[in-house]
Amino acid sequence: MACGLWAGKLDAYVDGELPPADERALREHLRGCASCAADSVALLQAKRAVQAAASKRFLPDAGFRARIQKTLATPRNPRRNFNWLPALAAMAAALLAVVALSFAYNRNRVRERQLMSELADLHVATLASANPVDVVSSDRHTVKPWFQGKIPFTFNLPELAGTPFVLVGARISYLNQTPGAELIFRVRLHQISVFIFQDRAFGTVLARERAGRELSFNVQSWSRIGLRYFVIGDASADDLEKLASLLKSST
Amino acid sequence: MPLFDRLYNFAHWLAGNREEAEDLVQETFAKALKGFSSFQPGTNFRAWIYRILRNTFLTSRTGLKSAATVPLDWEADDDTLPATQSTPESILLERLDHQLARQALDQLPVHYREILLLCEVEEMSYQEISATLAIPAGTVMSRLSRARRALRDTAQKLQRS
Repeated sequence: MACGLWAGKLDAYVDGELPPADERALREHLRGCASCAADSVALLQAKRAVQAAASKRFLPDAGFRARIQKTLATPRNPRRNFNWLPALAAMAAALLAVVALSFAYNRNRVRERQLMSELADLHVATLASANPVDVVSSDRHTVKPWFQGKIPFTFNLPELAGTPFVLVGARISYLNQTPGAELIFRVRLHQISVFIFQDRAFGTVLARERAGRELSFNVQSWSRIGLRYFVIGDASADDLEKLASLLKSST
Repeated sequence: MPLFDRLYNFAHWLAGNREEAEDLVQETFAKALKGFSSFQPGTNFRAWIYRILRNTFLTSRTGLKSAATVPLDWEADDDTLPATQSTPESILLERLDHQLARQALDQLPVHYREILLLCEVEEMSYQEISATLAIPAGTVMSRLSRARRALRDTAQKLQRS
């Protein structure tokens, strides 16, 4: 009677798939039930017979194995052989470049600020000086020749007739250990300094053109044919812009 | 190559000849490579790759033909199990030689052959078999029981003839 219950579980028993409690109970039953014991032995023997007969019955031949190995190797090679070292090196190099660039950029920013505040100092010093100009002249044809032999370059000055700007005079100035020209202009009551230096004195520190404020002075700067111009003063940005374009048009 | 020999043996048992077995294994590896992203880590890799092979076989021409040979009691493939009968014949397989066992296995319908191979040869658990054949665990048990009975009957027939 109990056999009916167990008979359905003999397969699971020989396959080791019965829950532990069921397995213990079935083992107990097999001790007293010849029929179930015989059946389970037969199942186990059949299981082993199939295992012995069917395992490794068919072996792949060497040629086929090689063929599969080749097809497996070919498409996967690029991924499997992906060499991390060059990629890592490239990443590291890129990172270094970014760091170096930002460092250089920051250093340039710092040096640019230093330069601008130096210019502001020069401008203020000129305003405060008892002798603000070395050559006093409103005539550009007097001022320009005055610089001959004093600075290693020459420049053109614009015609100011019909503009609110007046040329006051000029002096020699030094920035970054190089001599340059400082021209003083006046617009209404404001004094404006125009500095002209050789561009190479500044390297890559300065952008090609820039406008901004320094110590509340307005500043304009640009580079033309190897010369670097700075226009600085307490006049409005508009006035500076006008003077800058006059200077640009004369070069 | 993991499982290569075993997959080939299984494929040959299903297909019945070398050429088709080779095609099956080749296609299985190709599909496995291509669909490797569909394999979920943590699940059973063996069940996954055997399922690919088995599905590839079932959609092949030989596979379609053999799957059409459905055993008479196929419809009754449920959880109710036939009682194993303790007859002198039931211990016949004790003396079952390789030759006879192979012949009997060969003659079994593919659904019985494959489950016997997965259980006895590949030694898969019911859970793995259930994953490989995409059938419930209860069906694994009842189908296995039927398959063993069918194998025994076939072996007896072969021995008599």
